Amino acid sequence: MSSTGHSSSSLPAMIKRSLIATVIAFLLFLPTLGIKTSASGGVDGLFLTYRWMLLGVGCGLIFVGRMAYELFWAPKDGEQKSIKAPSSLARALGSSKVAKTVGPVLLVFAIAFPFLPFSDRYILDLGILIITYVMLGWGLQIVVGLAGLLDLGYVAFYAVGAYSYALLSIHFGFGFWMCLPLAGLLAATWGIVLGFPVLRLRGDYLAIVTLAFGEIIRVVLLNWRSFTGGSNGLSDIPRPSFFGIPFNQSEHGFAATFGLEYSSMQRIVFLYFLILALAVFTFFVTARLRRLPIGRAWEALREDEIACRSLGVNTVNTKLSAFAIGAMFGGFAGSFFAAKQAFVSPESFNFMESATILAIVVLGGMSSQLGVVFSAIVMVGGVELLRQLQFLKSVFGNDFDPSQLRLLLFGLAMVLMMLWRPRGLVSTRMPTVFLKDKKTVSAAMISQGRG
Amino acid sequence: MANMSNPLLAVRGVETFYGRNQALFGIDIDIHQGEIVTMIGANGAGKSTLMMAICGVNRAVRGSVTFDGKAIHEMPTHEIIRLGISQSPEGRRIFPRMTVYENLQMGAVNSEPRYFAEDLARIYALFPILEKRHVQRAGTLSGGEQQMLAIGRALMARPKLLLLDEPSLGLAPLVAKQIFDTLRELNKTAGLTVFLVEQNAYHALRLASRGYVMVNGRITLSGTGAELLNHPEVGAAYLGGGSH
Repeated sequence: MSSTGHSSSSLPAMIKRSLIATVIAFLLFLPTLGIKTSASGGVDGLFLTYRWMLLGVGCGLIFVGRMAYELFWAPKDGEQKSIKAPSSLARALGSSKVAKTVGPVLLVFAIAFPFLPFSDRYILDLGILIITYVMLGWGLQIVVGLAGLLDLGYVAFYAVGAYSYALLSIHFGFGFWMCLPLAGLLAATWGIVLGFPVLRLRGDYLAIVTLAFGEIIRVVLLNWRSFTGGSNGLSDIPRPSFFGIPFNQSEHGFAATFGLEYSSMQRIVFLYFLILALAVFTFFVTARLRRLPIGRAWEALREDEIACRSLGVNTVNTKLSAFAIGAMFGGFAGSFFAAKQAFVSPESFNFMESATILAIVVLGGMSSQLGVVFSAIVMVGGVELLRQLQFLKSVFGNDFDPSQLRLLLFGLAMVLMMLWRPRGLVSTRMPTVFLKDKKTVSAAMISQGRG
Repeated sequence: MANMSNPLLAVRGVETFYGRNQALFGIDIDIHQGEIVTMIGANGAGKSTLMMAICGVNRAVRGSVTFDGKAIHEMPTHEIIRLGISQSPEGRRIFPRMTVYENLQMGAVNSEPRYFAEDLARIYALFPILEKRHVQRAGTLSGGEQQMLAIGRALMARPKLLLLDEPSLGLAPLVAKQIFDTLRELNKTAGLTVFLVEQNAYHALRLASRGYVMVNGRITLSGTGAELLNHPEVGAAYLGGGSH
């Protein structure tokens, strides 16, 4: 290990690499940081303002950062980049013992959550949102994580569930508990409808078709005005009641019946427990399914479809069941969404939703149920957290809106994930069966594919 | 060994295509109960294609496949497998991220649950290394162990006929020999019927009671293992001049 001028850890080489990084950063920052378009309000439309100072600071930061990396963190010559075993936290989350304690602790926390002192309406709404995404994540995990079918149109089933509840309750006066199974059934049916044409597709091709399917559903909802109300959506959807007792100020309302003082929070707390119950139901069903032969068949299908066929697995039924069951949970969640909002419109079901749910599943580690919970908290809660960073205004000026940085941070998080935890937050997979001893096998230790 | 009663598997005039390219030209094959039959041939001769045609993965356009008296060439693959044909496909194709035990469970998808423990014990007795590694991910096994797992997985289905596609592929000679020895043992003690597709002609022909030679989608030679082993054409083309 000599440190001659040709060595890659010599100072000139470091500076060279840092300069290259700075040039790339300059090219990237030029249109994003360096130029700002503003509406003039006049006839000229847009005009450009140049922010050379900001551009310079950005490039300088990149140079300094890269140099620091080169000096302190980069692997030196001759140093083997070793494959790291997963960090102790991740290993702990993957192991059954810790997962068995973290799960119940989270559940107890979730149950106690509405009664904690800091839980105001805003926090509870956020909790409802996060749990909805956890539920959607668990549903999509069946399709993407277990069966290995990349589905970019999952939001379609969410939409089917939401519109099922909206239409059934508006036109037929069905209650929530009546609509819930129907919405699930309809979504599952659409899952099968999607499943049939894509039976022979895998990977990229499957992704494109499912993406198109999601868009088709949205466009149909947008244009079938007589049925769905088009872009105006459907409003005045009946809100769910507490086993027939409505949440209002009337004599027969929830507050009056139970002798409580009326508060709009009661409905929110009820909705919170409703989605929590649905999510817990989803958890137990999916956890059980994994341990059944069908769950094993899904995983085997993900691993190797040809091997599955040669073993006599009915791949058609296996794929369709994954689509149908995944879609069913999407339908349940959609039904809840419509009941909570009392209003649905196609806007709520755009591709961004599918992408978010998929990101939650991928970030969570594809096949870890606990991972989905954490990544939903990070993805949904993190975005909300950005809104709270109003103090940054004092640093960056008053027209600075932290929530605009959402996609930037999103991208940053993804890059960091790729570097440090390429297999998701919780990347260990528990075998679904144990004989004598329990043992986890870390995914990070195994090369991709058949080693 | 070949009795002249009805064969267990009869392939008659099978022709398959990849798009417009014909891969198999009128293949006729008989496999009788209790035999080990091998098919040797060079890369791309159509051996694996025939294997897939038997299992209905790549369907025969013309001709028929009869198993145990039933025409199977139009059945869905999973129904063919249920009749008692089990396949260990080319390249092993174990499920890498599932454990050894789960892989074996997948082999038993179509058999009755009450046989499971018994079958599992049988496989573990046959390949003790699999029992040692039963909670390990299959992808972390060595090539030979993976091949054992692939064969074990196929055997979990209690097949009447075991189809093996190149079990010696990529294995050290010693490991390959061990696998062939196991097959001989299974055939002798359990009377398992085996159809073996191989490039490793020498070992395959020594193991098999009968063999076929396939060249460019046609069967050019057939005979007992010993006959083919001593045949000058086979020796020149597949045994490296018989120098083994």
